[in-house]
Amino acid sequence: MNFSILGTGSALPVCIKTNDDLSKIVDTNDEWISTRTGIKERRICGEEPLSDIASVAASNALENAGINAADLDLIICATISGDYITPSLACIIQSKIKATCPAFDVSAACTGFIYALDVAAGYFARGKFKKILIVAADAMSKLIDWKDRATCVLFGDAAGAVVLTAGDDLLSIKLTATGDATALSAPNVTGNCPFGQIPQTQPYLSMNGQEIYKFAVSAMCNDITDVVNEAGLTKDQIDYVLPHQANIRIIEAAQKRLKMAKDKYLTNIKSYGNTSAVSIPLLLDDANRSGKFKKGDLLALSAFGAGLTTGACVIRWNK
Amino acid sequence: MTLDKVKQILVDYNGCDASEITKETTFEALGLDSLDTVELIMSFEEEFGITIDMSEGMKTIGDIVDIIDNAKK
Repeated sequence: MNFSILGTGSALPVCIKTNDDLSKIVDTNDEWISTRTGIKERRICGEEPLSDIASVAASNALENAGINAADLDLIICATISGDYITPSLACIIQSKIKATCPAFDVSAACTGFIYALDVAAGYFARGKFKKILIVAADAMSKLIDWKDRATCVLFGDAAGAVVLTAGDDLLSIKLTATGDATALSAPNVTGNCPFGQIPQTQPYLSMNGQEIYKFAVSAMCNDITDVVNEAGLTKDQIDYVLPHQANIRIIEAAQKRLKMAKDKYLTNIKSYGNTSAVSIPLLLDDANRSGKFKKGDLLALSAFGAGLTTGACVIRWNK
Repeated sequence: MTLDKVKQILVDYNGCDASEITKETTFEALGLDSLDTVELIMSFEEEFGITIDMSEGMKTIGDIVDIIDNAKK
């Protein structure tokens, strides 16, 4: 026993910034950003807290699933950029959607949604819970250095959600972690402890782009191959691949190596940038609402991110 | 010979003309940016069964040939 996806939802901040807008802030241009990342514009949580869009995404998923917040047994939020360090973003969402169930956050950066799916699968296996809401929400705009042209152009803010019910549509799942804070990291707040001896680091995300590119392409190729095999399937049987949207070039490189048709790969990076844990549930919701998926379609989800973490799974669409 | 294999991988990658590639040719001159370089390095690693440290400076085809030859020793 694991789960079936009962409903999906998503929400975006109102503020849209194009590559041309960013070229007025840092020394960059649309041609450079487009050819190296595939990104044309992104949304920024400038006028609303992340918890607002996260709660709208959650409500949209509940509506799509046809259930009420009161029906939820658990809320898991995949995030690294909630409104507060504590309370968790999951608790804030619980309050805003008027749910009463337990709620907690999972921290696995861009892989957070896949990690949360595995946590949920564990709860369903215990047989205790019948309905679980997973919300992925990140406002990377709060973590990046807006003077660093190498990173500030890459990210966008968004929220996505799925409602899960007990079922058997998770056909396989794999998680990995290789602890490494040098390739990609964002330091925590340091406070003003008078006894602090450790030199303070800049509170911004830093990334070795080339290392991460290499790590990402390898992770996608290995993880998708593994979960497809574990599900007893062949790559030809997968109807759609939903890859984490870090860079269109990573997706294209992995697609070539995996030798799967390009049109099976769903993308949204052009409009939203890298939305961290949100990229995959955002793809899911767009595809669900546009009627792209047929009942029984086999979806391969693959993500990678800070940690370094990776995760992938095969899910049967049963809606 | 390493250079010939490297040339073949470059030709397969972006259809450049092998006869125009020498050890002095830069990745930039072949129209390859930093992300192309990473992808090519992954192909070199697979072809030669080695691991290449991304922090090593690689500007020309000769640089990469030297790194591969040293790694194979």
